[in-house]
Formats: sequence, structure tokens, C-alpha cells
Amino acid sequence: MTSKGSGPPPGAPLVLVVDDFEDNRDMYASYLEFSGYRTAQAADGQEALDKAFKLKPAVIIMDLSLPGMDGWEATRRLKKDERTKSIPVVAVTGHALAGHSKGAKDAGCDAFVTKPCLPEDLVREIKRILGEGDANKDDKRKGK
Amino acid sequence: MSHSAPASVGVARAPSESALEARLSYAEFLIGCEDVAQCAQQSLEWLAEHARVREALCAVVDIASRRLHALAGHNVDSDQLTSFSLDVEDRAHPLVAAMFTGKPVVFGGRGGEPRPEGVPLRASSFMAVPLFGAYGRDFEPGGVLLAAPVTAEVSTEALWLAPLLGHRVVRLQRTQWRADTDRRGRRDRLLLNAVPDPILLTDTEGRMLIANASARALLAAGEQDSEGRRRAVALNNMLFSSALAQSAIQGGAPTTRELLLVDPTEGSDLLFELLSTVVTDPREGTGIVSILRNVTDLRRAMQEIEENYRRLRGAEAEMRAERDRLDLIIDSVADPILVTDPVGRIVLMNSPAERLFTTPRGAPSEVTMRVSANDAHFSSFMSNLFFAADLRQRGDLGLVDPLSGQPLPVEAVGGKILSEHGEVTAVVTILHDRTEEIERVRLYEQLKLASEQLEEKVREATAELVNQNELLRRQSIELEQASNLKSLFLANMSHEFRTPLNAIMGYTSMLLQGVSGALTAQQDKNLQRVDSNARHLLAIINDILDISRIEAGKMPLHLSRFSVPELVKEVLGEVDPIIGRTKLAVSTDVAADLPDVTSDRAKVKQIVINLLTNALKFTPQGSVKVAAWSDRETKQITISVRDTGIGIATEDQEKVFEDFRQVDSSPTRGYSGAGLGLSISRRLAHMLGGQLTLVSEASKGSTFTLRLPVRAPRRK
Repeated sequence: MTSKGSGPPPGAPLVLVVDDFEDNRDMYASYLEFSGYRTAQAADGQEALDKAFKLKPAVIIMDLSLPGMDGWEATRRLKKDERTKSIPVVAVTGHALAGHSKGAKDAGCDAFVTKPCLPEDLVREIKRILGEGDANKDDKRKGK
Repeated sequence: MSHSAPASVGVARAPSESALEARLSYAEFLIGCEDVAQCAQQSLEWLAEHARVREALCAVVDIASRRLHALAGHNVDSDQLTSFSLDVEDRAHPLVAAMFTGKPVVFGGRGGEPRPEGVPLRASSFMAVPLFGAYGRDFEPGGVLLAAPVTAEVSTEALWLAPLLGHRVVRLQRTQWRADTDRRGRRDRLLLNAVPDPILLTDTEGRMLIANASARALLAAGEQDSEGRRRAVALNNMLFSSALAQSAIQGGAPTTRELLLVDPTEGSDLLFELLSTVVTDPREGTGIVSILRNVTDLRRAMQEIEENYRRLRGAEAEMRAERDRLDLIIDSVADPILVTDPVGRIVLMNSPAERLFTTPRGAPSEVTMRVSANDAHFSSFMSNLFFAADLRQRGDLGLVDPLSGQPLPVEAVGGKILSEHGEVTAVVTILHDRTEEIERVRLYEQLKLASEQLEEKVREATAELVNQNELLRRQSIELEQASNLKSLFLANMSHEFRTPLNAIMGYTSMLLQGVSGALTAQQDKNLQRVDSNARHLLAIINDILDISRIEAGKMPLHLSRFSVPELVKEVLGEVDPIIGRTKLAVSTDVAADLPDVTSDRAKVKQIVINLLTNALKFTPQGSVKVAAWSDRETKQITISVRDTGIGIATEDQEKVFEDFRQVDSSPTRGYSGAGLGLSISRRLAHMLGGQLTLVSEASKGSTFTLRLPVRAPRRK
């Protein structure tokens, strides 16, 4: 998949959005491009690995529930590989149960957000990870 | 044969030649005849043949009895002959007198002596011819011959015959007598010597005439005997004579006295009982017969017997006392006791036994019958016991109280009493009334039955309970599994909800931010509604997730130390946008000295937010006040949220804490919300060791109060 639109400049950081649900993937990609990032997309773990090795993104947004190789396994492989181990991974999960965030950290994720996660909140998290300032340290989980 | 003419008595004529021949043959016969009776009979027959004697009788003197007996008769009645007997000493009798004169005498008839009575001759006159014979140098009368009729012929032949016959008779009688006497004497001596008691005959001076061997051993000694024996015998004779002299003084009656003599051989004392009798014999004179009975042993024995008797009496008295005591004891025993002899007869029983086995005097017949029945039962038991090898035997007898007729079941225990030789001497039987025991057994059986029934019921109930428990346990497991499944399902659902919700909310946010271009006011307002509802849906999903987590025990607690006033401030800050949309006066009253709390901050915050948003939601007008204070004694922190809202009716106050509950559960209810907030809040409060309570009045308002321990307990 290639990035859409013509908004973001060629030198902008590349964000790889991994999600098997196309609507969410597109939604985040659209917003990220709107916010000035280049994006790439992957629909499963294997594709995520292939794109990561090939494109060397600045950040990877990793949905943990994926068909085939899941997000944890993909993250573990990325973090084991010299070529990709320095790329920050932001895990996204719809599972709010205890253990998910810990499992994600164990797999090597650098940040963890829970669905539903508004696109602006995700952008804020990415900026924080990339050290671009204006980062909010608060957990982005939205309650009542 | 010639017949002589009758001649006067005493006149003898010369016999004829034939007569001489007859006399000769008679004499020959007589010499050869050894039997007196035969001699006498033959003589009479000879006289009858040769002297024409018609009636004749020959009587002979018996030397021993000194009586004249008829030994033979001719033409004499045999009975009269046998009974003819005269005392030889009766000299007054004409016949006896005639015998002693030595001359023939004629009785009866003219010129004869008067006829004596008792002569068995029928003839009116007869002659009596004495029979004399020589014995040694003496002539003595040997009998008398009576013959009739009185003729010269008879007289001649009788007088010729008489000396011959007399001589023979005397001789034979004497010889016979001497033989008899000798035999008798030998027998007497034999008898006397055989008697162990000394027997002796003495003269009046005490000189020994006859003595048996025992007497001689005591009282006779010869030259050849030892000095000691002779002296002892002399002493004995002296003692004996002295005793006899005293006896003689007392007269003729037999006397008995004790006499102590010396055993000449042993030298020991011998005690005799001396029985002496004076005897007088016309020919022998007066003598004394003495019998000595050795009573030494007898005396000793008697003394022993007396001693034994005394002991026996003592023992008997003792036994009687013992028996009295025994009777007393036996009678005092309430159980009937019977003692039977080896034949089974009752020899002793106590009064309780008497009531069963004896009939009182004058008792009605049925009592007698019952006693008999009891006797029969007892006898049967006795015979069983006798035939049994065991010394003891027990048995159950169905007796009857004789007086009342009441059945009386008894247990009989019989014991044989053995002598030292192992023979049964008595049987003691004790009867024990079993009425009470049987009643007890019956009651016990009933009790046991009841108890068993009860046990059975308890067992059934227990089994039922176990079944129920098992059922409950299974149900519980099933419920738990179902609950777990539900939680899992809800957790999954929550994820499935979030994915599309994420897209909805994300795109809405993007649209609102104008990513896709500017919006009209109407579009913006509508998108705001979409956003608001999406958020509400998310809240509901989160609540459901919370509940399922709590129920599955998977709600983690993150304890930390924090400040309650800060938390309250933070909550008010977060809820401020909502407050802003109301016209309510919201105030706080937080104590300044509140201690820090160790608990799950996020959960406490969630509760407070929930309470506050609820208050704002259900209070159309008035005020909402958040207060916090602490109680040092109970170490509790209290946070209360009071409103002046619609309030909750008393009957509904508990319902508000239930899942999916709003007081108005109709679809058209006026207040939105899943109704899970209070339910979650109360569960969280419990998880933190606290309580969430409600005080409310419809239309007046509500006060929710959260009490928490200063330090939350760690969950297991």
C-alpha cells in the first residue's frame, strides 16, 4: 500500500499503520496525513514485517488483534531484528482486560493505547514518542 | 407151746421145756438188742405170746429228765401211750412208789391197790412189775412193766422177764446217758471256750469248779507258769472272790458290777463287767455262775461315743445356729431360693419361694393348680439340671403367681453342691423375676426400633441433603462456568464493540475538526449528537466490562497512597463541563485534617465521579454538595454526595444498587444511562473494604455515602 494524498512533505516521518480493519486503518492514515505525516498501511502481521523492513518507518502503529501472525508476535520479531528494533511501536487494542498492556510491553511495544482512540489522541502519542513536544503524558484511555 | 395156768403173784413154777426154749430165744434176743424201745416192745410181744397178756405197757426211766416214759405198749392206744409220763421224784405216785419197792404190785380188782389215774390200760386190774438193773455196783430202777390180766401165768412170766429186761434197760439207758452226757459236756466246753468272755462256776467260797479258756487265762495258773503270771492270777482271784462275796450278800438275784483285773500276760488293766448268778442244784449244791465281760474297749468306746455325742451336739447346735442364720439370709433375699436334695425334693426354701410353691391353708383350688403348675416347671428344670453334665444351669421358667394368676417369667439358676466324693448332695436354685427385665427389653427394643427409624430418616434426609448439596455444587459450578462464559463473552463483545466504535468516533472527530472541509452549523450540531451518543455507548460498554471484570474476579486493585481532597478537586475538575450545563449550586465541604488514604485511587475516583454525575443528572434544581471527613476511631474516610433531587422512595432504595437498574425501567424513562453506575460503585466499594449507602426521600433528595477504610485490605 502506498500513502495517499499529496499533503505531507517528502521528508515527513513515515508512520506504518497496521490494522486488519480497513476503516480504522484508513481513518488513522487520513488523519495522520492531515496532521503532516507520511503513512503506510499493513493489514496483517506478515505484511507489517515486510513493510517495516522495506520502508523503515519512523513509528509503527500496531493493532494487536491480527489474523495470522498477531501484533505481539510481529512486534517481537521487529524488536529482535537489528534493522527494525529501534523503531518505536505503539500498540493499539480493543481489549481492555488486564494483561493486554503488560503483554504488549513484554513484546517490546513502546506505548499502548486502548480503542476507541481518537485520531488526535493517537497523533499526540506519536509526537510524544518521536519527541516532537506537545506530548501529553496522560493515559489516553477515554472514560466517561 | 404150752400155756401155764393162772397163778398167784410171786409164786413161781417150773416151766415146761418149750417154755424154756422160748425163754432162751428171748434172752438171746435181749442180749443182742441195743435199742431200749425195741427191747421193751419185744418183751411185751413175748409176754403176749407166751403168758397170754392181753394189755401191757413198758415205761422206762429217762436219766437226764428223771421221768418215767412209756416206751412200748401192747393193745394200748398209741396216743395215750405217748402221753404217759411220770416224774420219778414223785414218790407219792403209786406207780413210782411201786417201782421203787422192787416188788410187783397188783392194782385194781379185789385185794389190789387202788387203781391210779392216767394208766392207759383198759383192764380193771393190772400188775406193775418194777424193772431193776445193775449199774456198776448199784441196783437202780430202770422202769416199770404193767400187764393185764392178773393171772399166775402172767405173773410167772413177768417176774421171770423183769430182771432180764430191767438189767438190759438200765444198762442201755446208762450207756446212752453217758454217751449223751459226754457229748453234751464236750459241746458245752466247746461252747464255753468259744465264748471270748470268761465264764466260770465257783462254789460259794469262790473256788473254781468249771471255767472256760478265757477265765482260766485270767484266774488259773500252774506250777509251770511264770512268777509274774502267778502273782497276777493270785491278785485276780483275790479281787474276784471279793467281788463275788459282795454279790452273794445281795441275795440270789443276778447282780452286775464292775471288776478291774490285771491281764496276766500283758500286765495291763482290764475292766470287766461281772455278772454273777447263784445257782442251786439239788445234786450239785449251790454255786455261783459268773460271766465276765471285757468292757475295757467298750468303756473306751463309750467314752469316745459320749465325746463324739457331745461334739455332735455342739456341732448340731452350731449347725442349727448356722441354719437359722442361713434361713434369715435366705428369707431376706427377695428372689425365691430353693434347696433340693439329690432326688429333687425341696428341702429348704425362703418365703418368696414358699409363695410360689406352697398352697396357703384354705386357698381356692385354682391356687393349688397354679402351685402344681409351678412345681411341674421347677421339676422339669431340676431333671434337666440332674442330667446335665454342668454344675450350673440356667433356664427360663414361665411360672405363675399362685395368688393373682399373673404370669411370672423367671430366670432360674441352679447349682449342684457336691460332696467331697463328687456326689450331688443338694441343688440350690435361685429364681430371678424377669418381668421387669422383659419389660425393659421390650422398651429397649421399641426404643431401638424408634431410634433405627429415626436413624433411617436422618440417613434419608442426609442422603437427600448430600444429593441437594451435590446438585447445588453442580449448579454452582455450572453457574460459575456460565458466569465465566458470560464474562468472557462480555469481554469479547466489548472488544468487538470497540472496533467499529473506534471508527465511528474517529471519523466523527475528524469531521468535526474539519479534516474533510468546513461544516455547516447544522452539520456540526448533528455530528456533535453522533459524537455524544458514541461516547455514551462507549460508557455503557465500559460499565459492562467493569461488571464482568468484577464478577470474574479479574478487576485488579492498584493500591497507592493518595490525598482525598486532591482527588475530590480532580473529580470536580473533570465533571466541570457537565456542571456547567446545569444551573445547580455545587459545593464541597472537605475537612482540612483528612489523612492520606491507601486504596485504589482510580476506583475511588470512579465511584465519586459516578455519584456526582448521578446527583447532577437526577437533580433538576437546587444544590449538590460533596463532603469528606474522617473518623479516627473507626479509621474510616467518608465521602458523601448530597443532592436536592427527585429522591428515591424507600421501597426502591435497594433496587438502585442492582445491575441495569433505574427506578423507572420503562423504555420511555426520562434519564439516560445503562443503570450500571451505582451497581459498579457499590461493588468497587466492597472491593476496597468499604460500603456505599443511601439515605433518600422521594422529592426531597438523596445522600449517597461512601465509607472507606484508611487502609484498604489486600485481596487474596
